Amino acid sequence: MQVYAENRGDSLYLSLKGEMDEHSAVRARSYADRLAEASVGGVRRAVFDLGDVSFMDSTGIGFLIGRYKKFSSLGIPVYVTNLSSATDKILKMSGVYTIIPKI
Amino acid sequence: MNNYMKLEITARGENEGFARSAVAAFALFLNPSLSELSDIKTAVSEAVTNSVVHAYEKGNEQGKVFIECFAKREENGGGQLHICIQDFGCGIEDVERAVSPFYTTLPEDERSGMGFTIMKTFMHGFSLESKKGEGTTVRMLKRIGLERVCEEMLQQGEKTEIHA
Repeated sequence: MQVYAENRGDSLYLSLKGEMDEHSAVRARSYADRLAEASVGGVRRAVFDLGDVSFMDSTGIGFLIGRYKKFSSLGIPVYVTNLSSATDKILKMSGVYTIIPKI
Repeated sequence: MNNYMKLEITARGENEGFARSAVAAFALFLNPSLSELSDIKTAVSEAVTNSVVHAYEKGNEQGKVFIECFAKREENGGGQLHICIQDFGCGIEDVERAVSPFYTTLPEDERSGMGFTIMKTFMHGFSLESKKGEGTTVRMLKRIGLERVCEEMLQQGEKTEIHA
């Protein structure tokens, strides 16, 4: 799992690429959190782009909620975008969209 | 027509991807749709991850996960995939609690507690057997081609009506 970051206007886009499971998510977590800390002040919102996620299990739920907590503590709301039908199915059933809206 | 496979792997994180890909490759025998394949991969990933994370102590290189699959191709073009995922680890203390949504024994690791809920929702059959100190067995069934077979039956039904 790789994470690519890009600033677009006042949004921080975090694009995830590859397979997200318990094993592969570890590094993505710490990298996303470092980006969160570095973006304090300059960023109004964080958007996770899941367009290049080729596989995701329930690890993705924990990952997104964990990042939501991190960004929220810095006053930055979190969104997700570009979901495949498979990732959408998992996030929908777990109710993630109530705190991390889909755009 | 039937098909069978058995896989024995070390309970390590690196093998989670291998296990779900191997089962998905085996499932191709039943000609599943992409969404059926994705459901199978996700459910297998959840079960294997449970064995890797919970069954054995961290760093235990002796812990093994056993995966058995049985595929049955039916005459109507559909099929059944039976998957059994077993470990001989610590077992689950409270099975009823373990399968309830959002329950996890490791919240500090950002575990969602949704593994069993996903297995139950994504598959057509699910059972869990666990004994403390002896291990855990998850059995799942996925019916393949349900939608496709129903659609074909409906279409045939329409044709019959027209002829009548």
